[in-house]
Amino acid sequence: MTLWFVFALMTVAAIFAVLWPLGRSGRAQNQGSEVAVYKDQLVEIERDLATGLIAAPEAAAARVEISRRLLAAAGSELVSEPKSSLKWRRAAAVLALAGLPLVAIGVYMPLGSPRLPDFPLAQRERGSGMAQSLENMVVQVEQHLEKNPTDGRGWNVLGPVLQRLGRFDDAVRAYRNALTYNGESAERRSDLGEAISAAAGGVVTAEAKTEFERAHALSADDPKANYFLGLAAEQDGRKDDAANIWRALLAKAPADAPWRPLVQTSLARVGGGGATLPALSDETLAASKDMNEGDRNAMVRGMVERLATRLKQNGDDVEGWLRLVRAYLVMGDRDKAVGASTDARQAVASDAARLRQLNEGLKTLGLDG
Amino acid sequence: MIAEAGHYALVLALALALIQSIVPLVGARLRDDALMNVARSTALAQLLFVGASFIALVTLHVNSDFSVANVYENSHSMKPLLYKITGVWGNHEGSMLLWVSILALFGGLVAAFGNNLPLSLRAHVLAVQAWIASAFYLFILVTSNPFLRIANPPIEGRDLNPVLQDIGLAVHPPMLYLGYVGFSISFSFAIAALLEGRIDAAWARWVRPWTLVAWIFLTLGIAMGSYWAYYELGWGGWWFWDPVENASLMPWLAGTALLHSALVMEKRNALKVWTILLSILTFSLSLLGTFLVRSGVITSVHAFATDPTRGVFILLILCLFIGGSLSLFAARATSLKQGGLFAPISREGALVLNNLLLTVACAVVLFGTLYPLAMEMLADFKMSVGAPFYNLTFAPLFTLLLLAVPFGPLLAWKRGDLLGVTQRLLAAGVAGLVAVAIVWGWARGGSALAPLAIGLGIFVIAGAVTDIVERTGLVRLPFATALHRARGLPRSAWGSALAHAGLGVALIGIVCETTWNSEYIATMKQNDVAHVAGYDVKLDGLFQRQGPNYREMIAEFNVSHDGEALSVMTPSKRNFTTRGSSTTEAALLTRGASQLYISLGDTTAEGTIAVRIYHKPLVLLIWWGPVLMAFGGVLSLSDRRLRVGAPKPARAKQRLQPAE
Repeated sequence: MTLWFVFALMTVAAIFAVLWPLGRSGRAQNQGSEVAVYKDQLVEIERDLATGLIAAPEAAAARVEISRRLLAAAGSELVSEPKSSLKWRRAAAVLALAGLPLVAIGVYMPLGSPRLPDFPLAQRERGSGMAQSLENMVVQVEQHLEKNPTDGRGWNVLGPVLQRLGRFDDAVRAYRNALTYNGESAERRSDLGEAISAAAGGVVTAEAKTEFERAHALSADDPKANYFLGLAAEQDGRKDDAANIWRALLAKAPADAPWRPLVQTSLARVGGGGATLPALSDETLAASKDMNEGDRNAMVRGMVERLATRLKQNGDDVEGWLRLVRAYLVMGDRDKAVGASTDARQAVASDAARLRQLNEGLKTLGLDG
Repeated sequence: MIAEAGHYALVLALALALIQSIVPLVGARLRDDALMNVARSTALAQLLFVGASFIALVTLHVNSDFSVANVYENSHSMKPLLYKITGVWGNHEGSMLLWVSILALFGGLVAAFGNNLPLSLRAHVLAVQAWIASAFYLFILVTSNPFLRIANPPIEGRDLNPVLQDIGLAVHPPMLYLGYVGFSISFSFAIAALLEGRIDAAWARWVRPWTLVAWIFLTLGIAMGSYWAYYELGWGGWWFWDPVENASLMPWLAGTALLHSALVMEKRNALKVWTILLSILTFSLSLLGTFLVRSGVITSVHAFATDPTRGVFILLILCLFIGGSLSLFAARATSLKQGGLFAPISREGALVLNNLLLTVACAVVLFGTLYPLAMEMLADFKMSVGAPFYNLTFAPLFTLLLLAVPFGPLLAWKRGDLLGVTQRLLAAGVAGLVAVAIVWGWARGGSALAPLAIGLGIFVIAGAVTDIVERTGLVRLPFATALHRARGLPRSAWGSALAHAGLGVALIGIVCETTWNSEYIATMKQNDVAHVAGYDVKLDGLFQRQGPNYREMIAEFNVSHDGEALSVMTPSKRNFTTRGSSTTEAALLTRGASQLYISLGDTTAEGTIAVRIYHKPLVLLIWWGPVLMAFGGVLSLSDRRLRVGAPKPARAKQRLQPAE
């Protein structure tokens, strides 16, 4: 409510600025005129002459010139009385009283947000009533660390949160700082390695591998380092090495370790055990980049088959169908691709929106109609 | 509430400007004093509201209120207070608000101090001023509103462009805008004269000081911008002829011409129509500059596509004001009373020559700026017009101008004696030639034109000195008399002499820097020593440091000359996390007017770093010149007396000249 009161006061002040001169009439104003200027100029010449800035003949010439202009100006000066036209003044007053607020409100209302209060930062930091989102807390921790970059504990806390938020590059920085200020530990090294490979889209790069190797050197039993070293071996195409590493890891692992299933599936992937297979995910696709040709084909083929089976059971997944068709096309199997797209059309035929989405997707894949 | 109150104040300013653009004109037609006086109170109220609006935006930036989109996009809570404030005009919306605030300030000044103006002239001037203001208020509110809000404010802002986080931003844009917008006053006066159909003596008496104020600020603004580019961009260049710089140079050239022609008009009642035209052109070029910089047309012609409303809106304003004013000029100029007459060889004649050269130089820059844009737009052909073009066109024009500068002030009004002036300038000419000879003998390498150019610079400075010597009679009269006369000399005379000398000073700086600068570019590792222009620069080491909102890598250099240790220089590279960008902070060592300049490049894995070291002889003269010019302008401005040009009487020709 105060806001509207302030607006009203401001509007009144603005209106007053227009009305004020309208109310004050009849008073003679001293205003400049041409004659006054020329008279001033004549005085000026006398002063210049007195101080010796100009010589007498020049002063005389100037005087003649200015006097001539003065006479002309005095002759043409309009000796009109200032008039006052009440009608127009009233019009101006109405313009101020009605027009001005109308324009102001008319322009302000569509643009402004009168219901939104100010949010100065100081007040927001004090006020704990506001729900603190995870991101806001991250920002606060980051601010704290910006000021105290040597606070190792802070970096320790920040790293995993950033990793979870998907800010992998920042997570890498946080883990590095944690290492610098908290000292070496296998856990931190392998966390750093994980962040680096996450930033690289799931590929265990040489840089990440170095970190895992360091972690492994610090503690040979560190499960994360072992798992990723196995993954690195798999991505390098050394499936047997990978299987060996993972097998050793499983052998030493406690029975209730939460990461057990993950290692088991990985092991199964490289052909070292018989567990369920993971679905076709972007991460594994990215991981397949570094494999040799034969391995990749085998891996992709296996994943495509699993996807096809899944879609036969549940055909609602348009994205899945498109991925399947794309995969067939990439593998050069155009017939299967066409077959899959026909299956897909049948599967989603009952849902118009899904069908449209599917058809558009197929069009971009070059499988029209 | 601050945000919304600031927003509403801006809206009220628009409403007031709309009233101010109509009511006073009606009053002037009806000769109604009260209606005409509305212009005055509304102009003052406008200033109040725009000022409040601007202060509101500054407060929001200082408080880091990220619920305001403009603050969120351009500020950061960790930024030092100074940059929180300067960041207000470090972005498009805020800088436009600064633009209209300054416009309102000038309007308010005319309203407050315009007592000695004829009432109808003042009403017309303020009405025209309100037209400009209304157009820009609308532009701001519709296309670049700084007060738009974000319903769910983020906790942290996106920070200001790191290049702008510098003291330069505190000074350069406000100066430049005071210059640009200051010319709106002479524009409004010109349009008012055309509307009224008469220019009286009060007109010129008023226009000259306003033009001078604008010119002083523009001069300082351009010089400051150039120095800023020199030390912040890290390349050691101080002028690149890029369109943004040209956009500020063009109004300066036209404004300088206007300044001189307004002088003729005030003193001699001559060149009236030409002064009007120049007033219109100068402000049009200021608007064009605003358009070029603000529409995004500069970075790419296709920037229109990203925000078409903004560019099109400014283009509309531009067409409306430039087209409208020039049409009005075409229609009404013939009805204006012609002024006094003068012989071709006279002070007036010299000023006409000055005007011609300046306007042609301005046209050259305009061509060089717009031609590439037109080519890109019409023929889809990218090209750039750079230093070679301007060296061939702009430089000869300015050489002619500088040759003529010393003659101007020595010529008499109305009819002059060129031969006599040449004789009196003999000493200055000799000084110039001696300088040429000395430089020729002493300098090694460089262009053959350089000594000539330095001689020209000396000639201009000596010419300015001659002017003062002549006026005080230092050689002819006893010293005491001369001193007395020097004291009695109007400050405007000192002002013009200083401003002219400033031209020569700047020229010498430009020539020395471009001809004899030496550079050393290499990768250095710790304890490496570079030898540049007699200086030994040793890299002591690289350090990391944490700033308020950046991390920086500092390189420490020990500088010595002939074995004598001079100083430690610490250039750095700053890394700003929020924007993920970095800046180079060059280190400068000033020795006299010369500077040693070190800026850092990239580091390599082996711990070496790319380093650029320049020695720039007399480089500071480039900026001392404009500062001298501006100081001359201030002196002249402080001289509140009327300017009267006493003509040389016709019969004086027959009289004997006093022996000198």
